Amino acid sequence: MTSTTDPVRTLEAALDGTLDERGRRWLEQAIGRVAERGQAVLEVFPAAGRSCGRGPLPGMPGWTVDQAARARLLLALPQEGAPLGELLFDVYRYGDAAERIAVLKALAVLDGADPAEGGADLAEGGRAPGGRLGGHGLPIVRDALRTNDTRLIEAAVGPYAAGHLADDEFRQAVLKCVFVGVPLSAVAGLDRRADRELARMLADYARERTVAGRDVPQDVWPVVERHPEVMQDRGRQDVHRPERIG
Amino acid sequence: MRIFDPHIHMSSRTTDDYERMYEAGVRAVVEPAFWLGQPRTSPDTFADYFDSLLGWEPYRASQFGIRHHCTIALNPKEANDPRCRGVLDLLPRYLAKDGVVAVGEVGYDSMTPEEDEVFAAQLALAIEADLPAMVHTPHRDKATGTRRSLDVVRESGLASERVLIDHLNELTVAMVKEAGCWMGFSVYPDTKMDEDRMVTILKEYGTERVLVNSAADWGRSDPLKTRKVGEAMLKAGFTAEDVDTVLWDNPVAFYGQSGRLDLAEADPAEFYAGNTIKRGG
Repeated sequence: MTSTTDPVRTLEAALDGTLDERGRRWLEQAIGRVAERGQAVLEVFPAAGRSCGRGPLPGMPGWTVDQAARARLLLALPQEGAPLGELLFDVYRYGDAAERIAVLKALAVLDGADPAEGGADLAEGGRAPGGRLGGHGLPIVRDALRTNDTRLIEAAVGPYAAGHLADDEFRQAVLKCVFVGVPLSAVAGLDRRADRELARMLADYARERTVAGRDVPQDVWPVVERHPEVMQDRGRQDVHRPERIG
Repeated sequence: MRIFDPHIHMSSRTTDDYERMYEAGVRAVVEPAFWLGQPRTSPDTFADYFDSLLGWEPYRASQFGIRHHCTIALNPKEANDPRCRGVLDLLPRYLAKDGVVAVGEVGYDSMTPEEDEVFAAQLALAIEADLPAMVHTPHRDKATGTRRSLDVVRESGLASERVLIDHLNELTVAMVKEAGCWMGFSVYPDTKMDEDRMVTILKEYGTERVLVNSAADWGRSDPLKTRKVGEAMLKAGFTAEDVDTVLWDNPVAFYGQSGRLDLAEADPAEFYAGNTIKRGG
């Protein structure tokens, strides 16, 4: 499966329809500076929200204007591969929460995924042409998954993580989402990557919650039920999905 | 009563405080970067602290319906440690952030030559970043320190209406008013100001350019002192509008000069089951 459109064109089309004259001029100049000297991204990146706006971006569900503008700036970077990953980590490391979320969301785009399609191709295991990041953005994903900020965690479990995280890391990421209340619908590629071991971990989690007399988040069940055998194992027979009401 | 606490160190407070503050009417705070009790020994720990003021703390505040902004600086006490001087190199990067509404706390602790140098350098950074500045006045030899701070501000070229001089008292308020800077008062259980003395100062000097804060931190302090000053003002015959001027309009006007104050209603996020904060697994 490959991407059919160009992420730069998709972002530009969406931004064009939204930015006012001032925002357009700012972004154009900022792109020019970044394309000429990659390090300039460190200077322009923080101002994207103030200059372009922070509202939802029409045509790209789940994206805000500042996130798209920041992704566009990162796409202008001349670097590739490991040097690109290192520079992105620097932008992320010194970023505020909004900047960090933008870097996390841009990883899939830098890997060639089309943001308009939610990076579905990457999440489903495809490799888009034109991707120039490879696995070099993984340190950023891992850092975000260690935080306790649900906004960062949700941005981290996008198509890039689905495409690149190792199995054990992916399972821990899903578990973390369940623990902090990030809905599993936010986890890209979950259908493809939900394996028996993840089902076992979630079944154990459900049991722990049940024994403690607490609610079990509803979204763990579809994953568990894909591997019904994990419920038959010793110690888990007393855990059942509650009957749906209505 | 809507309250904007223009100076409070929330990193040292618990979630109970956020809840009590919200109940008392606090809807916005500014957390100035300062020292943490234990001296730091490298710029890296400052970077982590600044990240917290721009990441975790506003996120935590938002879960309790409170907007959180910060000021960023190398504080005067740690300016004396040569190992921390590298913080100055980090500052331009942090002063560019959306959540930063001033350079601060800058100023004097012991009035050393190192403090002189770092204070002046940071006022220059404020001009460069187009931000106001928030000046801490020393606890020891306060009147001298305040006078000297006003001199440094004058020499910096930063407009006086873009400067807040904080921790004032009966002996230092007049010179700051005369200089045209904003006047900050920290109301504390034991030290600094108390509610009744604050009301007396407001009667004498008026409400214009006056900010009241709790400066609550890890020491004996009370994050509800702003509310208590509001109540003391009403009891002393000030109108509700006067209280609103001091506890909301003035901080909004001062920090609003940054162009970065965002007071869009903060919705308390849903609490994670049985826990007061989403702290994760």
